[in-house]
Amino acid sequence: MKFLKRLLVAVVIGLVLYALNLAMSKEGLFGIGVPLYQVDLWKLAGINVILAVSLNLINGFTGQFSIGHVGFMAVGAYSSTFMTVYYTQGLEQSLAGAVGAGVAAAIVFLLVIIVGAIAAAIAGLIVGIPTLRLRGDYLAIATLGFAEIIRIVIVNTNRIGAATGFRGAVDPWPGRVTIPAYTNFLWIGIFDVVTIVIIYNIVNSDTGRALISIREDELAAQAMGVNTTRYKVTAFVISAALAGVAGALYGHWRLPHPADFTFVRSFEIIIMIVLGGMGSITGAVLGALVITFLPELLRQLPGEVYNYRLVIYAALLILIMITRPQGMLGGREIGFNWLKRAQRRPEGDTAVGADKGVPIAERDAPTADHAKEVENR
Amino acid sequence: MDTFVQQLINGLNIGAIYALIALGYTMVYGILRLINFAHGDIYMVGAFAGYGLAYFIAANLGLAGASWGALLIVLVGAMITAALVGMAIERFAYRPVRKYSRMTTLITAIGVSLLIENLFVARYGGMGRGFPQLLNDRTYQLFGNAAISKSQILIFVVSIALMLLLQWIIYKTRVGTAMRAVSFNLNSSKLMGINTDAIITFTFALGSALAAAAGVLTAQYSPTIDPLMGITTGLKAFVAAVLGGIGNIPGAVLGGLLIGVAETMVVGYGANVGIASTYRDAVAFAILILVLLLRPSGLLGSTVQEKV
Repeated sequence: MKFLKRLLVAVVIGLVLYALNLAMSKEGLFGIGVPLYQVDLWKLAGINVILAVSLNLINGFTGQFSIGHVGFMAVGAYSSTFMTVYYTQGLEQSLAGAVGAGVAAAIVFLLVIIVGAIAAAIAGLIVGIPTLRLRGDYLAIATLGFAEIIRIVIVNTNRIGAATGFRGAVDPWPGRVTIPAYTNFLWIGIFDVVTIVIIYNIVNSDTGRALISIREDELAAQAMGVNTTRYKVTAFVISAALAGVAGALYGHWRLPHPADFTFVRSFEIIIMIVLGGMGSITGAVLGALVITFLPELLRQLPGEVYNYRLVIYAALLILIMITRPQGMLGGREIGFNWLKRAQRRPEGDTAVGADKGVPIAERDAPTADHAKEVENR
Repeated sequence: MDTFVQQLINGLNIGAIYALIALGYTMVYGILRLINFAHGDIYMVGAFAGYGLAYFIAANLGLAGASWGALLIVLVGAMITAALVGMAIERFAYRPVRKYSRMTTLITAIGVSLLIENLFVARYGGMGRGFPQLLNDRTYQLFGNAAISKSQILIFVVSIALMLLLQWIIYKTRVGTAMRAVSFNLNSSKLMGINTDAIITFTFALGSALAAAAGVLTAQYSPTIDPLMGITTGLKAFVAAVLGGIGNIPGAVLGGLLIGVAETMVVGYGANVGIASTYRDAVAFAILILVLLLRPSGLLGSTVQEKV
């Protein structure tokens, strides 16, 4: 019964995404199409959702301060496009003979997304193992440094286009010339759902509780037998892998360019999760949407004010931080109740302290008071 | 050998600029535990203020062309302007969020940085503009082929003077004593009757003035300024502050000089060991990560107790 219910939910979500994808294609859904400019915005928003929700696992739930998320996105973008440009062309052609061109492209794309995720996960492991010994601001700076190093290495690698961006095969390679534009809204939407489901399940599992205990008090967690280093690295690697997925989707839509992966972009992702409310999945989604659309809405400003739209954007950001420092949702979730009903625990199997069946992650959000308390120690 | 001396001079020069900016990062961090990401933009504001002043005095005071008087007015004027900007930022953006979590203050700092950058881009455009030369720049031959230019000498002299001045303020004046007390423990200082808000504002003013001086000095050496010039330089100066041990004043100077020298050495000698000169920007971060892993509190971080 539970399985059927879940299957039904999955099918419904899939159909909705498929319909949205049609509406966003050139032909439109029943003749109703979304303007191209808005389609691009929605795609960007979808990719930002993956980035924000995955970063939230480290910054929001584990309480580790990473500002190098864009580095993993870059690894995913470049490794996956590297595969499609240099290696998967033959595979796609031979598959196309057997199952048709569309399915062949989908299989190849899924494969390279996985490649991007694995590459980013490995990068996350390499960065995470040494740096996660550091705490607070030092960890932040180290992750920032790694992300910048990744970008500078890309700028200096000719096979992937160096400073001018990666558009296609670099001479003298005889294969495909350009990066195939595999990404459409359906792919992005599916991975949005996958990301949210993965993070939701992690947060509400044993691992999630261990992660949250690290956020609340690392020493106490250690004393209770939580292998803090292992859990921190695990969270870091999962988060990096998802950022790699976002990168792969981005790379097959807008050709990757080193300028897209500066630390300013990392800041943008952090702004999304802080704005939405740290430690809240729906908050991260909301934050990603707001940060994607707000600058575009400000484009509607008339005349002379138009030139100052980004100034207004920055001023709004500061104002929100002053008036609502805990973010829009302040660590709470919205709209997950129906999901929880679908997978309610068996009677008697409630977690310690979870008297109302509300996951710990949603009850104990990091508060300003708590941060101050930690500060004063 | 000549090349080495030349690279060393150039490296120390860039390093002195990084050090001046790093001092602002480190002082603010020492007192508030806040990474002031807008500090690099204050460096840019300083350069632009100097640019405006240079044209203003050329038009109104008749101090056209290169003269020491004009240079002094531009330098001091830019420092005062930046100090005021720094104080305003502290008062209106950072003070209201000071009691909140670190993420919130960080986002506020990023917001301020975006605000300044976008304001200048909207007002002056993103293109670079030439800074008027206030110095009849010329180069002096040292021994062999090594040379040093007048603007480089200026950078050395002014930055050393400012660092000594800072040292004097922090260790010999009442306000400096208060700064050290606040950085040691903010709440206790409050109990001892120190007006901590005023001290924090003063710290921002001091740091911003140093960054502005760095901006004007850089503009004498490489005379193109643009609204985004503070991003990369600011980031490297910040790395310098962390490298020396953030919150530690001699550490910031040491970190700045080290990064400056390391960068020019990569440009000068990297090719010999297979590192392209385009990796110069990565060097700062590579050194940073190594130091953080081996000595997480920075080079001078734990050995010197007093932090401002």
